[in-house]
Amino acid sequence: MPADALKCKECKTEYPLEARFVCERCFGPLEVSYTLPDASPEELRRKIQAGPHTLWRYADFLPLAGPARSALPTGWTPLVKADRLAERLGIKELYIKNETANPTHSFKDRVVSVALARAKELGFDTLACASTGNLANAVAAHAAAAGLPAYVLIPHDLEEQKVLATGAYGAQIVAITGNYDDVNRLCTEVSGERPGWAFVNINLRPYYAEGSKTLSFEVVEQLGWELPDRVVGPIASGSQFTKLARGFQEFIDAGLVAGEVPTMNGAQALGCSPVATAFAAGTDVCRPVKPDTIAKSLAIGNPADGPYAVELARRTGGSIDSVTDDEIRAGIRLLAETTGIFTETAGGVTIATLAKIAARGDIGPDERVVAMVTGDGLKTIDAVRDTFEVTTIPASLDAFDEHFAPVGV
Amino acid sequence: MAVTVKLPTQLRDAAGGASSLSLDGATVGEALQGLPDELRSRIADDSGELRRFVNVYLKGEDIRFLDGLGTAVSDGDEVTILPAVAGG
Repeated sequence: MPADALKCKECKTEYPLEARFVCERCFGPLEVSYTLPDASPEELRRKIQAGPHTLWRYADFLPLAGPARSALPTGWTPLVKADRLAERLGIKELYIKNETANPTHSFKDRVVSVALARAKELGFDTLACASTGNLANAVAAHAAAAGLPAYVLIPHDLEEQKVLATGAYGAQIVAITGNYDDVNRLCTEVSGERPGWAFVNINLRPYYAEGSKTLSFEVVEQLGWELPDRVVGPIASGSQFTKLARGFQEFIDAGLVAGEVPTMNGAQALGCSPVATAFAAGTDVCRPVKPDTIAKSLAIGNPADGPYAVELARRTGGSIDSVTDDEIRAGIRLLAETTGIFTETAGGVTIATLAKIAARGDIGPDERVVAMVTGDGLKTIDAVRDTFEVTTIPASLDAFDEHFAPVGV
Repeated sequence: MAVTVKLPTQLRDAAGGASSLSLDGATVGEALQGLPDELRSRIADDSGELRRFVNVYLKGEDIRFLDGLGTAVSDGDEVTILPAVAGG
């Protein structure tokens, strides 16, 4: 499926496949457009199955001119059948897409892989980003593996784990005294003044965003070339959420799978829920907010793809819900104790939302559901602090027996 | 009231290469009315409302947290126009 242009999502003006991200006529976001593949579905499927166990097995559906490769292999993460969690929630068939298994433990390795590969094709010499943390980790690691300098701009109050796990790769960390939206505004200005810098989520954004489609491609392939009925995923800017649907649609269009785009349920934290608020109000205007939530990786108060996320949830019969910080902590715990997967706060948002829509009766009795767990719990370790007790005893059998009496004696 | 309106790179060609313009007005909206037609039509629709992927900031604050285009400006204030992009 060769990429043929960048196309404005608003006014449909087309541009060549350069490092541009905004329509000059209306400021709408640009998206890569493709021509339908020449190959038959059988040929495409054989090629995918013969490909590497990374996201590059889907190179025919990604916007690169040359051969796709990266120094830090990414993707092909487990799709875990979560029977114990399904039973707890009363769902027939439930899978967790476990993105903690990526090199820097979040789905951001996917988008950075594609952005970096395209940045090199376009001749950029430095990698940069505006980040709520996970992207910072991924940009730092992939730049290190590729031998490029990296600048990551983050809000000053990010979780320490994410800052440390970025600095470890040698990236220049710039902490901004402001929230993510302030960081993003600054990066948009800086990207206009540093021609050699690829800000992966700004001037490389049309290419970057395509990486999220590979989540859907993998889900379809891992389900034996079938579609799920429903997908629950987190919403920050709304980019991943909308690209999930795009991924399913492209596989349907290419004849690789039959059916319709699944029902799409978006998940936000109540303390930063401009998209859920717009959905509930029946509008697609996402009024910006000042975030206040433990789900910092989703704390984007001014979500650029919010209107498209609202439209998608509505079109597929889904919803966009929000959950409280306590529900997020409970979601982290629920996933961990039923699947063995420890997720960060964003995953807690997704699982709490899944539990909410299940309790509401939205999920049909025969549905096959996939939940996107996009990042690792070790990145937001404070979210589980003081949620359990550690028993401290001397190294004596008597003391042990005193606390943990043998059962049945 | 004269304010400095900083232009994003996407608008500079249409402004003869200028990265900012000095415009008059008592509010953000009035100042933006002073943009050349060619520039104004790109960021606002026919009714004068900002297009949905255009963000405008007064001294670094999104005007949607203030009074929108009706936000009052002071002499020497800086108004910044930027395309909406996000993705953390």
